[in-house]
Amino acid sequence: MAAFLQLDQVSKSFGSVTVADGLSFEVGKGEALGVIGPNGAGKTSMFNLITGTLSPNSGAIHFDGSNITGHSAAKRCRAGMARSFQVPQPFSGMTVFENAMIAATQAGGMQGSEAEEYCIDVLEQTELLDRANVLAGGLTLLGRKRLELTRALCAKPKLLMLDEIAGGLTEAECTSLVQTIKDIHGRGVTIIWIEHVVHALLAVVDKLMVIDFGSKIAEGDPRTIMESPEVQEIYLGIEADA
Amino acid sequence: MSTSNLHVTRTSGATKTAALLGLIVLIVLVAAPYWAGRADMRLMGEIFLYLALASLWNLMAGYAGLVSVGQQAYVGFGGYMLFALTMFGGLHPIAAIVLAGALGAVIAVPVALLIFRLRGAYFAIGTWVIAEVFRLSFAQVSALGGGSGSSLPVGIVRSLASSRAGREHLSYWLALASAVIVIAAVYFFLRSRNGLALTAIRDNELAAGSLGIDIWRTKFIVYIVTASLTAMIGALIFLQKLRISPDAAFSVNDWTAFVIFIVVIGGIGTIEGPIIGTLIFFLLRETLADLGTIYLMVLGVVAIVIMLKAPNGIWGLLRSRFDLELFPLSYRVKPNKKG
Repeated sequence: MAAFLQLDQVSKSFGSVTVADGLSFEVGKGEALGVIGPNGAGKTSMFNLITGTLSPNSGAIHFDGSNITGHSAAKRCRAGMARSFQVPQPFSGMTVFENAMIAATQAGGMQGSEAEEYCIDVLEQTELLDRANVLAGGLTLLGRKRLELTRALCAKPKLLMLDEIAGGLTEAECTSLVQTIKDIHGRGVTIIWIEHVVHALLAVVDKLMVIDFGSKIAEGDPRTIMESPEVQEIYLGIEADA
Repeated sequence: MSTSNLHVTRTSGATKTAALLGLIVLIVLVAAPYWAGRADMRLMGEIFLYLALASLWNLMAGYAGLVSVGQQAYVGFGGYMLFALTMFGGLHPIAAIVLAGALGAVIAVPVALLIFRLRGAYFAIGTWVIAEVFRLSFAQVSALGGGSGSSLPVGIVRSLASSRAGREHLSYWLALASAVIVIAAVYFFLRSRNGLALTAIRDNELAAGSLGIDIWRTKFIVYIVTASLTAMIGALIFLQKLRISPDAAFSVNDWTAFVIFIVVIGGIGTIEGPIIGTLIFFLLRETLADLGTIYLMVLGVVAIVIMLKAPNGIWGLLRSRFDLELFPLSYRVKPNKKG
């Protein structure tokens, strides 16, 4: 079976700073891939390359059977990708509900009351319903992170990309977030999730990938990967020499 | 599920009251020829035309982020098209205004393709340069009076209405209609799915792009529509002035600086802002007109104070304090009434 998302030797650098160095991997349809790695490893840049916010210097990206390497972010979104931003990017002058409506009508292809009901359901799921009429600019950091997830879900994606949405949550909030993402995964949505809160990640993903210096260090069964020496080094705080 | 107890609404008590008051004001204004003097009607006509220009500039700069300081290009273009089409094309002035709008859209396409390559301050300067190119080009056309301009022949003026009062009433109603049409067009556009996309672009282009909004295409459409309507307003302005010259037609002061002042003090990125801004601008102008250049200095001080103290303009200040909205654009999630 062909991969749903495939990166083939993707490289990107800004002058002497390399954020992706011959990065190659595949995600199958319906799979959930977890991504870990130290700060500055190139995880968010990888998302930017996949979603089209950055374009690679070389290499190719295939999604759902077509080569999307040269496509704009908007076109990739309409093809079925949605992401959350690590640094929240709300539409500050619009309400939480309107933020959700934009995702539902522009990316999700819904209209009228169908879109409205869908947004209300998602807002309830992400526990933002009581803040629906508040301007997004007035939300706390936690609220903004939830709004990122809300918008990504309202876009009704085939591929959902989450960038550090569990950081800063309490244990109970984290548990409900994990449940939400499990439910979405259960509906057959393919997921790539970058996260430092490893136990949340391990509760959801089928496969784990470790990235450092813009390239893939390890990939495979989550438990096996977590026990490997490189990952132990990174997560026990020992200097990981290249 | 508890969500079934909720519904989504776009109107509120304030928007319904505003709609009713707006309708009453509109009826009173339509009847102005029966209660207002000639000078008042002339002033009100000018107010309506500025209101239309400001609403258009606000749509383009406040929502689409296209901060143009060269909209005088389209005001002047529209004005010159009115003269050319009536004098050499033999068109009725009203047909010429409509055609000037269509031609404005056509000329805006290559201009947009050129200046959309520029960003931020470079875009602003680029639009100004384009407007200067327009001015210099029309100054070369000797059939239209070259650098010194020309007047609209009496025959064409008479074709509007035979009596002077008839012409004055018609030109007043045309100005009122242009303001109403522009505001209604902006309102219905912003209320649509594309308007939601445009508002998203206003707030955050990065997020808008990653939610499937085609930013370039949306901005392009807004630029072309704005240019077209601005050209029609320009034609109307010079139908009232009856005389055109390159300096008057492509004046950056009259058609852009004052318009930016209106939008900024009223509240950029809101429909209500340009309406409030226009009223304040004319209030200041009419009370300070006798002071000569001091008037312009007062305008400058007012603009600076408002930008420092209320960066979202007067309407922005009122809206954030009272959670007020006159045009029903936003969505509210409300619990259903019991029973």
